[in-house]
Amino acid sequence: MNMIQAINSALDVMMGRDPAVVVMGEDVGYFGGVFRATAGLQQKYGKNRVFDTPITECGIIGVAVGMGAYGLRPVPEIQFADYIYPALDQLVSEAARLRYRSAGEFISPMTVRSPFGGGIFGGQTHSQSPEGIFTHVSGVKTVIPSTPYDAKGLLIAAIEDNDPVIFFEPKRIYNGPFDGHYDTPARSWAGHAQAQVPTGHYRVPLGEARVARAGEALTVLCYGTMVHVVENSVAEMGVDAEILDLRTLVPLDIEAIERSVRKTGRCMIVHEATRTSGFGAELSALVQERCFYHLEAPIERVTGFDTPYPHSLEWAYFPGPVRIREAINKILKD
Amino acid sequence: MSDRIDSDAGREEAGRNLPPLRLHVPEPKFRPGDSADFSDFDIPPAGAQARPDETAQPAGMRDLAYGLVRVLDEEGAAVGPWDPKLPPEMLLKMLRNMALTRAFDARMFRAQRQGKTSFYMKSTGEEAVSIGAAAALASDDMCFPSYRQQGILIARGWPIVDMMNQIYSNKGDRLKGRQLPIMYSARDAGFFSISGNLTTQYPQAVGWAMASAARGDTRIAATWCGEGSTAEGDFHSACTFASVYRAPVIMNVVNNQWAISSFSGFAGAEATTFAARAIGYGIAGLRVDGNDALAVYAATRWAADRARANAGPTLIEHFTYRVEGHSTSDDPGAYRSADEASHWPLGDPIARLRKHCIALGIWDEERHAAMDRELAEMVRDAAREAEKNGILGHGLHHPMESMFEDVFEEMPWHLREQQQKMLDEWKAAGL
Repeated sequence: MNMIQAINSALDVMMGRDPAVVVMGEDVGYFGGVFRATAGLQQKYGKNRVFDTPITECGIIGVAVGMGAYGLRPVPEIQFADYIYPALDQLVSEAARLRYRSAGEFISPMTVRSPFGGGIFGGQTHSQSPEGIFTHVSGVKTVIPSTPYDAKGLLIAAIEDNDPVIFFEPKRIYNGPFDGHYDTPARSWAGHAQAQVPTGHYRVPLGEARVARAGEALTVLCYGTMVHVVENSVAEMGVDAEILDLRTLVPLDIEAIERSVRKTGRCMIVHEATRTSGFGAELSALVQERCFYHLEAPIERVTGFDTPYPHSLEWAYFPGPVRIREAINKILKD
Repeated sequence: MSDRIDSDAGREEAGRNLPPLRLHVPEPKFRPGDSADFSDFDIPPAGAQARPDETAQPAGMRDLAYGLVRVLDEEGAAVGPWDPKLPPEMLLKMLRNMALTRAFDARMFRAQRQGKTSFYMKSTGEEAVSIGAAAALASDDMCFPSYRQQGILIARGWPIVDMMNQIYSNKGDRLKGRQLPIMYSARDAGFFSISGNLTTQYPQAVGWAMASAARGDTRIAATWCGEGSTAEGDFHSACTFASVYRAPVIMNVVNNQWAISSFSGFAGAEATTFAARAIGYGIAGLRVDGNDALAVYAATRWAADRARANAGPTLIEHFTYRVEGHSTSDDPGAYRSADEASHWPLGDPIARLRKHCIALGIWDEERHAAMDRELAEMVRDAAREAEKNGILGHGLHHPMESMFEDVFEEMPWHLREQQQKMLDEWKAAGL
């Protein structure tokens, strides 16, 4: 399966198991979503459980809060993560805090799916990575898969979770892993070990990182599309790096991070989001606080720039192999 | 003229005979020092509004969005097609609940002034809005209130000691002292957790109603916001959703004329009514005398029956007046005429229902005075009971470590660490 099929399969499995699961969003019904992630679900489960919505993100999330309070498990789709901002108040002030402010009387068990990230010539309004906004908010979980297997298992875990989950889907790798070289032909997921996706129910627990590659020379913390870019860059350089695919940013697998950095003594953080106050800053601080005496070089961050995502210059913005190579060389120099 | 483009010259030419553009900034009719005069206020007589069938098409009831549904006339008689013809015991129950709400407000306002809590909001003059609606809804219909519908909890028989515990944020507060006073949550009373962010409850109520409809349930949802916050995007998103899916929901706009110091003109009241917002969405819109408990009851019952018949949502504007300040933190004397409240032409909701009950021969002034005394004592006793659990800032709060509970269903490592750090700090400081 590719990642779209894996997500579709997760929704299918969960809708089949739990009548409380409902799918809603712009174009998700009859059409099956602009990325086809919800294809066939309305035909299978009916319009009461899979339906198109008006174009109002604050309405979509606000309605999902009410549905959650009723006892449903809504899975709203925000068509592009760039459009999540109109829904921020409902996510940040309502969904995220409902359990807390009502001392558990009301909960908001929703999973907000949203394609995010660049690399598809989406310009500044179809390329953003707003995960850092949500990791800063108390009460929401943030999940980002990097493979079809994880996408399905994590999405099932998110839907079964009783807390609101932001599920960001790296759309650059929906149809195949991306090695970071924008000018090489696109690859498909076919043949990739992580594309062997069971058709039934399984869960990838939230809060557990995956060792994408074991190594000794340095630790690279990354997630989403960047896992593949880093894997490729490391292979091209012939460096014995350990690559941790974080999978969930909140809750974060701090034990896996500490274990790896203490082993390698070097740490690099890679994400596509803008640099300042990005999640990399939090990771860097955590590693410094917990692993300082094990570090043999300063922590390096490879990120997007503090600019909007430029359409024509997106590959100059994208933290690709050139920037990664430079950072690895720097961190291994001492 | 040459063929070169000279936009400045064009502008000069075009603007020569026109007056300069002007920005209209609304201004209320009366300010401090002014004498309030509502004589130009168009108040239709009670009983004048037609009452369409509950399943009628919205297009045929536009007049109702611009008029004012009224039942109680000047003599206290219930007249016209909207008269709900309620039995005496129900009228007296509503009267008592309105009086209890007022007594509760008076006691809690005083408690705030005595420093027992940080904040309070009265609903004085607006009691009919909550009490009338609560009486017309089924007890298991779900309410998504704003912060001035404490009357719903009172009408549903929720213990007032529990409400006071919340106001004192004490160890008896079921919400663990996390919410601003008056931001109740009572799931068992069908009363949704109140947010301080305005009108967020609107799409939530619509979502709850949609879920109920999708599941083939029979319960409906109702929500309330102030007229000022109809300007919020959530209001309009909610109206769109409610209209599109014909959600079984009642959307109430409590037009009490003032949003803190901003008068209703800043939400668009100079141009149209709030009930008329419904028209653009193809929703049934009713404008109701919010100080007439019977009109509020009748409109709510009509809207509830409409929702239960799958005929769609209703938007009800309750035309009323905020007699007191916005909250204990507000000084209305700084921005509005001091005698506005006493000149408000739609009267006091409790006085009007009392007059009606007396006119029916089921009530009298003596019984009313005795009821007021009894309610004041009851509220005083309840406050003493609640104060045994503590008042704000006097140490009888929930345990310190509870601060970290309920952020997530299970506490993740970073919250556990922060919780331990806080406890260690307090212990080290000898507290």
